[in-house]
Amino acid sequence: MPLNAIELAKLFHDKNPGMTQGHRMCPGCAAPNVVRFALMTAIAKGYEPIVGSATGCLEVSTTIYPYTAWNVPFIHNAFENVAATISGVETAYRALLKRGELDKDKKYAFFAFGGDGGTYDIGLQSLSGAVERGHKFIYIVYDNEGYMNTGNQRSGATPTGSDTTTAPVGKRLPGKVQLKKNLVDIMAFHENVYVATVSIADPMDFMKKIEKALEFDGPSFIAAYSPCVRFWRVADNQAVDISKLAIETLYWPLYEVERGVYRVTKKVSNSKPIVEYIKAQGRFKPMLSRPDAEEIINELQEYVNRRYERLLALEEATKDKPIR
Amino acid sequence: MPLKQAITGAEAIAYAMKQINPDVVAAYPITPQTPVVEYFAKYVADGVVDTEMIPVESEHSAMSSVVGAAAAGARSFTATASVGLALMHEIVFIAASLRLPIVMAVANRALSGPINIHCDHSDAMAERDSGWIQLWAENAQEAYDFSVMAYRIAEHPDVRLPVMVNFDGFIISHGVEVVETLDDEVVKNFVGKPIRMNQLLDTSHPVTYGPLDLYDYYFEHKRSQIEAMKYVPRVFKQVAEEFAKISGRKYDLVDEFMVDNAEYIMVALGSTAGTIKHTIKELRAEGKKVGLVKPWVFRPFIKSEYQRILNARKGVVVLDRAASFGAEAPLYEAVKSALYEVAVRPQMGSYVYGLGGRDITPDQIKQAFEDAFKGNLIADEERYLGLRE
Amino acid sequence: MPELKGWKELPMGGLIVEPGNARQYKTGTWRVIRPVYQAENCIHCMQCWLYCPDQAIAVEIVDGKPKVKGYNYYYCKGCGLCANVCPKSIDPKTKQPAPEDKRAIVMKPETDFAEE
Repeated sequence: MPLNAIELAKLFHDKNPGMTQGHRMCPGCAAPNVVRFALMTAIAKGYEPIVGSATGCLEVSTTIYPYTAWNVPFIHNAFENVAATISGVETAYRALLKRGELDKDKKYAFFAFGGDGGTYDIGLQSLSGAVERGHKFIYIVYDNEGYMNTGNQRSGATPTGSDTTTAPVGKRLPGKVQLKKNLVDIMAFHENVYVATVSIADPMDFMKKIEKALEFDGPSFIAAYSPCVRFWRVADNQAVDISKLAIETLYWPLYEVERGVYRVTKKVSNSKPIVEYIKAQGRFKPMLSRPDAEEIINELQEYVNRRYERLLALEEATKDKPIR
Repeated sequence: MPLKQAITGAEAIAYAMKQINPDVVAAYPITPQTPVVEYFAKYVADGVVDTEMIPVESEHSAMSSVVGAAAAGARSFTATASVGLALMHEIVFIAASLRLPIVMAVANRALSGPINIHCDHSDAMAERDSGWIQLWAENAQEAYDFSVMAYRIAEHPDVRLPVMVNFDGFIISHGVEVVETLDDEVVKNFVGKPIRMNQLLDTSHPVTYGPLDLYDYYFEHKRSQIEAMKYVPRVFKQVAEEFAKISGRKYDLVDEFMVDNAEYIMVALGSTAGTIKHTIKELRAEGKKVGLVKPWVFRPFIKSEYQRILNARKGVVVLDRAASFGAEAPLYEAVKSALYEVAVRPQMGSYVYGLGGRDITPDQIKQAFEDAFKGNLIADEERYLGLRE
Repeated sequence: MPELKGWKELPMGGLIVEPGNARQYKTGTWRVIRPVYQAENCIHCMQCWLYCPDQAIAVEIVDGKPKVKGYNYYYCKGCGLCANVCPKSIDPKTKQPAPEDKRAIVMKPETDFAEE
């Protein structure tokens, strides 16, 4: 069972959970919380984390030479290869353990953090390869729905109607025209994997899934909803509120897939309309003043409804029927 | 007892790696490197080695995982060729900048456009600025020997740089030659245990690899990397001397063949040197005073060696198995620039040959020497051997 | 800002060998609004501590239970997430923002405070 805030505060009140203060992420950024929730869980369970990160907000803001905000071993290699890099680290661990060079009682947890840019788009190949090979590591994507470190460019994870610099809302085009890529299900279909969506709005669910990932005998892929207060154009203090709203409007359903068995871990009855979610964020404002705004909102509402129903159906259909 | 085996260059390299038994190997198949991976995979499958092998999904991931493994402290190996090396280009530079003692065997093959699977040096030449140490083998024996020596150079505390062992695709990789392999115990003792530094797996000394440098630190980090290359000649010679004691084969920064009273010297890399040596013996029999300088270590490029040997010769002819579009061919450019400072500059000629596996014959080599004998060398003119005009 | 080092003084490979030395970096200078802790209203639920992205909330253990001590203004960037998640920021009856004197955290302009 995951520890609640009180228990965690008892454990971590006087120590940093892998990441320290002094990092340069924006005030109110959700990514530090994504990292902390994951690492606190691992450390509380007796694991020693080794962290890899793809190029992006997290990596760049935590390791500006000569400062590092990591007090655990950390490696940044390049943009698209954190999964391959951590594959190498994890394999080195197995090799050195086999040769008696490491303490066999020490429990390591191998984490690979990537933004949605470095995961959905350029990093998909190396992630897929690492998961296919079955390395025991946890890949956490902090999904802020765009290339935010470089100033809000569109990625495969950007939602429809969002205003980004490379898919701006203009006279002719309504921002990003494609719906968000469903990477979670792509990863779930690698079959021998534990996949889950998490949100900082539900810390217990988040940490429970990290615990599961730590114990899972194989790779795990965790998609963490990570609002970018800067480029989603919300106030600095809104990260948790937007995360809550995303769950309540079915935009970010909380579910997990373990070897093909679907489980919706947070059932939402009386969901709020998606237009509430859209109106709460400035990145959708340019789209809202367009004549086709209603059409775009309806398409998104249809999609989130259908997706939620599908998840419930998958939960029914795959109950107790793991594919591997 | 050393064993004489009739094996291909690829098998010789795989055999060396079998004897070294590295911690981690990550490789992606590409012609003509594939047999290296195949032989090694069989050793792993049969339990002859206990290396952990990662069947990566691309060369980019091969180099990325080897970087991760080496940073974690593992002795790591990979191999590739041509466009595979080009695909991992981004990470090749990163591996050197992180000062990781990785060893990579490259079966030199032409870079694409059009796609060609045969031998040329364009792949390794495209990586000459990467910060890797580049060793060049003339035959399967040298490919084996360099593979045995590589970790001793890479892991040396004064060096800590990755080493690329270049061997000609198909010519060395697939050609069967007699290779004298050393005893398992001899290789094991020579290579020794890995010298591990700054390991990610050492959680009591957490280290951060790959930070962001702004304009206030990048230059200093690069200068520090430049300095590391300066220690390579001394370390290489030390390792070569030790290797000579166990094998009887003596390596140096360059291979000097019949240079003593040579008036005309040819400079070339790789397997073509074998054909050149044969041609030189023929020309010597005719009374021509010719010789060969073959770089064994191309990076770092030690100018003093070329200045020492090539000073005051009548003519120096450089053969390149790669071109640099819009500029002088890579080996020629390096040698010519080294000779800027010699007391008596020889005449120089640049010859590009063998691109995409085009054969190079003794007659064509003689043609280049003939130009030198006649004094018909134009330093700024690039000529071609074996090209249909 | 520390003095810039020459190339000979740097650890090899661009590595940073001093873990967590970002703690030396004062992110508190970023603040334009500051959270003020009103201990008398705090129920020590630890939500602010849990959510602070910059770990700027000091907590101590009293009789085996964690208690909020106050803010570490060296690091606090003034994002206001703490005040937003604090249960005492909302009046339980009206579900509206609670009056300032009933809250555990109140956000005030940074200019109200003297330079430390």
